Amino acid sequence: MATKKKIMIVNRKAPHGTIYAFESLEMALITAAFDQDVTLAFLDDGVYQLVKNQDTRPIETKNFTRAYRALPDYEIEKIYVERESLNARGLTPADLAVAVEVLDADTLAQRIMQQDVVFSA
Amino acid sequence: MGTISVAGEKIETDENGYLNNVADWNDEVASTMAKKDHCELTPAHWEVIHFLREYYEEYEIAPAVRVLTKAIGKRLGRDKGNSKYLYELFPYGPAKQACRYAGLPKPTGCV
Amino acid sequence: MAMLYTVNKSPLERNALESCLRHATVGTAILLIEDGVYGAMAQTAFTPALEQALQKLHIYALKPDIEARGIQDKILPGIALVDYGGFVDLVAQHSPVMAWL
Repeated sequence: MATKKKIMIVNRKAPHGTIYAFESLEMALITAAFDQDVTLAFLDDGVYQLVKNQDTRPIETKNFTRAYRALPDYEIEKIYVERESLNARGLTPADLAVAVEVLDADTLAQRIMQQDVVFSA
Repeated sequence: MGTISVAGEKIETDENGYLNNVADWNDEVASTMAKKDHCELTPAHWEVIHFLREYYEEYEIAPAVRVLTKAIGKRLGRDKGNSKYLYELFPYGPAKQACRYAGLPKPTGCV
Repeated sequence: MAMLYTVNKSPLERNALESCLRHATVGTAILLIEDGVYGAMAQTAFTPALEQALQKLHIYALKPDIEARGIQDKILPGIALVDYGGFVDLVAQHSPVMAWL
């Protein structure tokens, strides 16, 4: 069995205008399915990915944001959201579809340094 | 790209036999796919197939095998939430084969 | 005829909307679409610039894109929401039309 690595996926893009968020989520799920220690971080416009009640039927695209709620099934339990990014967008954890840990930028920077591998999209 | 004929109608699939559109699914689609694999669908198979339909409706993803096993254990009982039980039902791989019969895309996390 | 600008980028990621507002003359119509609709939100770091712009510009945002992003309850009052039909009407009523990419 391959070794288990601490892998963080850093999300900085809004969800529907580009494919980055969807691809990043796919990568997170695939990584977790291979039994790795996965952490997700959301900052800048990436925090928009987690906003609840997104309904993509009017724009006729797949609503991949529903899958964020399945992250516990994939044993992805470390979900960090940067406080400064939420504040700049007038959002609070109550606006999000999943339970997250809100970290300030300094703390998030520390958590990034603790990883073996970091991907960003 | 491919098609599957169900009750005289052609339904589009991808190159691996997964439906292109989840909405094209009905029980007949599952039975037709199973027949092609020489697999007779029992109530135990249907339970997993319907579970997957519901999972997809809720989360819009086809779960990877590990996730499927765990989720089934939680929802249908621990005696069913193990790979032995699921592999006996779906010998080609519980996630891959059952997702295909359920009209879902290929599971995320399956290579 | 008045001019119409469309903006499809989030104002907190790119400066397209900021630049567009800086160049828009009084009476210009601005339609926020795709990720541009994040620019229509109240209580963000960009909101003060938007409030100022509303005093001299007509600002619209595409409702399907707002609903897709789950932000329908957070739109700044004064922004007019339009559907795809309304998008077409705006294009027909203005000239020229410029997509501020």
